[in-house]
Amino acid sequence: MSAPIDAKPEAIRAEGIKKGYGPVVALHDVDLHVGRGEVLGLIGDNGSGKSTLIKVLTGFHRPDAGTLSVNGNEVVLRSVSHARQLGIETVFQDLALVDQLPVYLNMHLNKEVLHKSLPFLDKKRMRAQARDHLEDMGVRIPSVDTEVGFLSGGQRQAVAIARAVYSDAKVILLDEPLAAMGSKESGIIIDLILELRRRGEVSILLIAHNFAHVIEVCDRINLLRYGRIEYDREVANTSVHELTDLVAADYRRRADRTVAPERHEPEDAG
Amino acid sequence: MMRVAEFLLRKPESTIAIAGLALFLYFALNNDAFLSTDNVQIISQYMIGMAILAVGQTMLLICGELDLSMGSVYFMAPFIVYFAKDAGLPLPICIVLALLGAGVVGLINGAITIGFGIPSFIVTLGMLLAVGGFTLNLSDGFPKRAPSGGLAVDIFGGAKFSGFAWVVAITIVMHVILTRTRWGVYTVAAGGNPTGAREAGVPANSIRARNFVVASMLAGFAGIIEGIRIGSFDPGAAVNGQKVFDAVAAAVIGGTLLTGGSGTVIGAFLGALVLAILRDGFIIEGVSAYTFNMVIGAAIIGAMILNVFATRARARLRRVST
Repeated sequence: MSAPIDAKPEAIRAEGIKKGYGPVVALHDVDLHVGRGEVLGLIGDNGSGKSTLIKVLTGFHRPDAGTLSVNGNEVVLRSVSHARQLGIETVFQDLALVDQLPVYLNMHLNKEVLHKSLPFLDKKRMRAQARDHLEDMGVRIPSVDTEVGFLSGGQRQAVAIARAVYSDAKVILLDEPLAAMGSKESGIIIDLILELRRRGEVSILLIAHNFAHVIEVCDRINLLRYGRIEYDREVANTSVHELTDLVAADYRRRADRTVAPERHEPEDAG
Repeated sequence: MMRVAEFLLRKPESTIAIAGLALFLYFALNNDAFLSTDNVQIISQYMIGMAILAVGQTMLLICGELDLSMGSVYFMAPFIVYFAKDAGLPLPICIVLALLGAGVVGLINGAITIGFGIPSFIVTLGMLLAVGGFTLNLSDGFPKRAPSGGLAVDIFGGAKFSGFAWVVAITIVMHVILTRTRWGVYTVAAGGNPTGAREAGVPANSIRARNFVVASMLAGFAGIIEGIRIGSFDPGAAVNGQKVFDAVAAAVIGGTLLTGGSGTVIGAFLGALVLAILRDGFIIEGVSAYTFNMVIGAAIIGAMILNVFATRARARLRRVST
């Protein structure tokens, strides 16, 4: 593995990561890195090891072997909050938002601003900060006082991502933020990721299924298959077509290998 | 007009406030005795225990839990006061000891619920019976004379309206905690999205435990000031749960959901007030106690149905204003 020539260390680098659950090996030997301000797209079929990899990178699972470096320093992540202290934030699929709380309290969840002398919430400040921050990132919502439960799927996702950025994260892991979203809704998120990429202040690891989305917002793409990174290419050098072929070819190979099992059809079914 | 409607819909407790006002006007216009000082005092007495229990219960309901054992802690705490007083301690110290005893019950409820992942409904149902039985053992099943005379007695339920003053004070303090502190935000977060709260690093379990302890202490306190007001500590109803069911009813009528994540302390206060007005009004009107329970039952279900409509209307309003 050649050391990066660029003087600036990468935001995060994983080398030789192995992780198994009992006899099942989910990650064989994963090498992956995200440069500073880079948006890396991670694609892979169900069962390819994406969730396990995310869990390793967020400090939820400890890998069986391999090393992790953050900003060039080798680290052993002890927990999710340890990873967070190191600037690794994850936006999980359930978003960790509380529907019954207004946007500004969700933005400050576990980071509430209190009055100087009394242990009471400084709502005015939190409102203003949340409003400024969302505006600055171009996230449009009716009001920071709106309960999150009343927002659309895209707006909710945008609030969750904005919160991660707001917490001074250096690396943000986005776990399928575009899953099950209409085109207008995913447009909100795509714009937000593009804006973050333009600023280059945070590095993003984006897990996604839709190749067109990945090509639109990412700098580079990795394909995870059978617990290994099997493909690593700049977006400029690939296309939706190539990615589709890559994944489809694998399906075909697998289909050829698989012998259809004999079926037992119950005679009185129904 | 639209603005008024909007405000009312935004505040979930407004439904019950309007219902309370309507009932109040109805009984006041229908019966001259209703507004007399004596009767107003009776209404306040009806609501004291129920309101304090309902406020504690509301905090638990919002964080997704429930405490049925409040119904027997209410009867247990006065006997701790009784025996401590018997041993020669001053009343305020006796009350502190009793509240600590009540707090221990809450701590056990919380530890078992969180530690073993058993639904609090089951845990506290067991505790309702266990603590009730313990109280009957402690008291031999006979009422005991409550402390009387003196400033401390006057403060803790003895003086006219002192119980009601406690209710107001407790409501205000808990309302401020729920709406203006981290504790309140975490209570909503723990009930609204338990997984998400954990992912965001919210100490959901310690907040749950804290609310169990506070609810149990409030139940004990309610029992003590009620006992002092009546002048007798009576363990007779220690296992029957009526007290806690009234409190859950008041909380629910006040707009708190059993599903967690939403509810208000003011709503619990108003719910208890409405139930007290109903009960008093019915008695003044000469309606039988049997019928009263039928009406309360219908009121709980009716209030829930109203809440469902109010929630839908709020959602529509938000979408329109988006």
